[in-house]
Amino acid sequence: MIHTASLKTLAAQLAQKKISSVELATLFLDRIERYNPTLNAFITVDRDKALAAARQADAQLGAGETAPLLGIPLAHKDIFCTRGLRTTCGSKMLANFVAPYDAHVVERLREAGMVMLGKCNMDEFAMGSSNETSYFGPVKNPWDLTRVPGGSSGGSAAAIAARLVPAATGTDTGGSIRQPAALCGLTGLKPTYGVVSRYGMIAFASSLDQGGPMAASAEDCALLLNAMAGFDARDSTSLERAPEDYTRELERPLDGLKIGLPKEFFGAGMDDGVRAAVEEALAEYRRLGAETIEVSLPNSGLSVPAYYVLAPAEASSNLARYDGVRYGHRAAEYRDLIDMYEKTRAEGFGAEVKRRILIGTYVLSHGYYDAYYLKAQQVRRLIAADFAEAFKQCDVLMGPTTPSAAFRFGEKSADPVAMYLSDIYTIAVNLAGLPGLSIPCGFAGGLPVGLQIIGPWFAEARMLNVAHRYQQATDWHRRLPEEFA
Amino acid sequence: MSQWEVVIGLETHVQLLTKSKIFSGAATAFGAEPNRQACAVDIALPGVLPVLNRAAVVCAIKFGLAVGAKIAPRSVFARKNYFYPDLPKGYQISQYETPVVAGGGLSIRVGEQEKFVRLVRAHLEEDAGKSLHEDFHGKTGIDLNRAGTPLLEIVSEPDLRSSAEAVAYAKALHSLVTWIGICDGNLQEGSFRVDANVSVRRPGAPFGTRREIKNLNSFRFLQQAIDYEVAWQINELEEGRAIHQATVLFDPASGETRAMRSKEDAHDYRYFPDPDLLPLEITPQWIEEVKAALPELPQAMRERFQADYGLSAYDASTLTATREMARYFEETVAAAGKENAKLCANWVMGELAARLNREELDIAAVPLAPALLAGLIRRIADGTLSSKLAKEVFEALWNGEGQDADAIIEARGLKQVSDAAAIEPIIDAVIAAQPKSVEEFRAGKEKALNALVGQVMKATQGKANPQQVGELLRKKLAAN
Repeated sequence: MIHTASLKTLAAQLAQKKISSVELATLFLDRIERYNPTLNAFITVDRDKALAAARQADAQLGAGETAPLLGIPLAHKDIFCTRGLRTTCGSKMLANFVAPYDAHVVERLREAGMVMLGKCNMDEFAMGSSNETSYFGPVKNPWDLTRVPGGSSGGSAAAIAARLVPAATGTDTGGSIRQPAALCGLTGLKPTYGVVSRYGMIAFASSLDQGGPMAASAEDCALLLNAMAGFDARDSTSLERAPEDYTRELERPLDGLKIGLPKEFFGAGMDDGVRAAVEEALAEYRRLGAETIEVSLPNSGLSVPAYYVLAPAEASSNLARYDGVRYGHRAAEYRDLIDMYEKTRAEGFGAEVKRRILIGTYVLSHGYYDAYYLKAQQVRRLIAADFAEAFKQCDVLMGPTTPSAAFRFGEKSADPVAMYLSDIYTIAVNLAGLPGLSIPCGFAGGLPVGLQIIGPWFAEARMLNVAHRYQQATDWHRRLPEEFA
Repeated sequence: MSQWEVVIGLETHVQLLTKSKIFSGAATAFGAEPNRQACAVDIALPGVLPVLNRAAVVCAIKFGLAVGAKIAPRSVFARKNYFYPDLPKGYQISQYETPVVAGGGLSIRVGEQEKFVRLVRAHLEEDAGKSLHEDFHGKTGIDLNRAGTPLLEIVSEPDLRSSAEAVAYAKALHSLVTWIGICDGNLQEGSFRVDANVSVRRPGAPFGTRREIKNLNSFRFLQQAIDYEVAWQINELEEGRAIHQATVLFDPASGETRAMRSKEDAHDYRYFPDPDLLPLEITPQWIEEVKAALPELPQAMRERFQADYGLSAYDASTLTATREMARYFEETVAAAGKENAKLCANWVMGELAARLNREELDIAAVPLAPALLAGLIRRIADGTLSSKLAKEVFEALWNGEGQDADAIIEARGLKQVSDAAAIEPIIDAVIAAQPKSVEEFRAGKEKALNALVGQVMKATQGKANPQQVGELLRKKLAAN
């Protein structure tokens, strides 16, 4: 079953000419054609462009070129700008926007020889945890079509879970890679802030946004991150570091690994099924030679409120450019400039985006700035200090990625705070700029459960090693939803 | 009117002389077709990010050094949020709480009075685009070529007490920023724009409520706008009305200021640190590098001109109005000899400046090399040329005739005749021809001698040395 193969296997098959890149792309494009009407995981699919890229890869393969990702299909979250192919960010505002440039990530993965099949659905401007806020309609969870795939990278997650594509990019501002990865039974990595360039990645909250890979396994993610990471002078927050091989530690044994369990991540609010799966995963780690200790992140309870001040504040400013003047949606009729702005933005943005713009505008307003924005920044430092303290005692932290498995459509969309709390374990990681990884660790009521692994800054290689050794001992990451097998 | 004191502070937007924009690689040259010098960053397409241009920072450091200010080791870029069609991102990247330059000041001169004007700060920011309200049939055209152009906003303390002081400050600042090469100084193209905060008060009273006159792009408008505004404010107060804080525009056609918006509808700009940019870090080494490349500053040069060349404060100040003028003067002195410095100063500020002015030429475009002017000055100093003939030679040099002053003197036979033997026969002839004047002089009328000198000069076509002629005449008239 070639559509369930790992990236490493696909690369080997391509190199051995057992399959061509065009055949591979066609196979996945056919799956998209067949299953996407059910899942709505893609906003845009470009068969012609994909096949042209695949032919190019075949030419390179034919010339004897080898590269770990050459000729392998992938999809991009529709937040990454792609030259000549529309980039919507899940919004009516950009429904017809075509960028004249590629995002750095898009550029890097193309240069690595990957074949882009299309652009994945997402919550509007990456604001959401269920993919229900997309202008292009909700994405369905392949494990249960009555449930959400998580968000905001829900399209990417559903597409991989149903094997419509072997790998995809995502972005994570408060959990948008890890939470859908958990809800769809995938591996998803949010790298250290600054490791992956944000150039060409449409901004939600600049100080928190980070692109990362999503795939079936940690090994796949390591290969993808090798191509995605790297300094980019066009992003001032991109870090100038020597390139690393994120696969270099994959096989390292886990003997002596110290796993910290933040007691705040194991308190009330977690579903029993999730707890059971996570506990079993920890037991497996102990069997693999690791040691678990309890640690504390005393300020982690403040992370959701701090996040919902800072992220909307930055978003309210980042989204000001969508004013109908230069590109994007513009109201058809208006009396004057103010009317044009108001109608354009009223029509172009959905409810959740408006809610966050209002919150952000409020917290930055004169007289409120100190009480909200400044205080939240101080909290952010406390949260980062908590992590630094914890990492003095352990190599990585573990806990559940989400408090529950995939929820039903509409279950939380009426209550924004309930929705915001689905990111309770992931948000602190973004506030501290740390790398976070979610891997499948079992099921609760037939739905996938994610185990979150958090490391110190730049510990991606070690975290991928920790995940990979577990995935060698378990097969949760190989499980498929029956309907899409 | 006399019991009111005027208080003025200026905010000046200086367009920095960098090749590319402050946060993008697009060119900054003026006058391109609309929207041809605006890249993806300038028009704020989704996903693009600002990257700070180091050349703009160097300009800010130069300015900070030139005004003796503190250069912040760490300053922060902030977003100033407001909606306007020519502001593509919906926010302007500026500096708010921590500017790159703080304090410092510069000396100004009004008549004989010298005054030190303190600066509050100078910060880096990006310019907006332009809204074009003509030619679009009731719509507005947007040109984003200017969007992202680097600006240094320089804020003075409210130390200025008259429109004349405000103009002197603006001119001194204009001179300084062009001197250190951070601005082309072109007022018409908007490279140097002034906002004036104006209030009046009773002497000794706290500051009055100010109104801000926006976007003055000439020194004359600055003066006119402040004069009108001051008279208006005094009239309001004397009529018993209060001044309300407001932003006003100056209409050059009517010479009046009118309110644009009041404080009540002032924007809440929701400033916050720009998360797309790291704090700007300036190391002492960087400052030292910039300092080493900085030219001698006008203040230091003025002091040196007074000390080395014995010039007056006024002369030194006039000659250092621009770096080109100062350089021209110094090159002239170098060729003419230091002992002739005062003469050089007189000629550069006098004949040369007048001629440049008449022909509307900048000193940078002067057709007369300093060495040539120096050649002329040497001939004046050694008595070869009278000042009248010197002007003729200057004219010829200006027009490019002759190789140098000596060649022109030679070719035109303009050499002053100082040989007594050559002049005496002419003097004798004049004495013989002017018995009336001779008689008057002998009767004790000193002025009569001038008439005789004049006749000799006329007869020699100006080549005689008038002082020598006078002496010879006295001698002869006394002897007879």
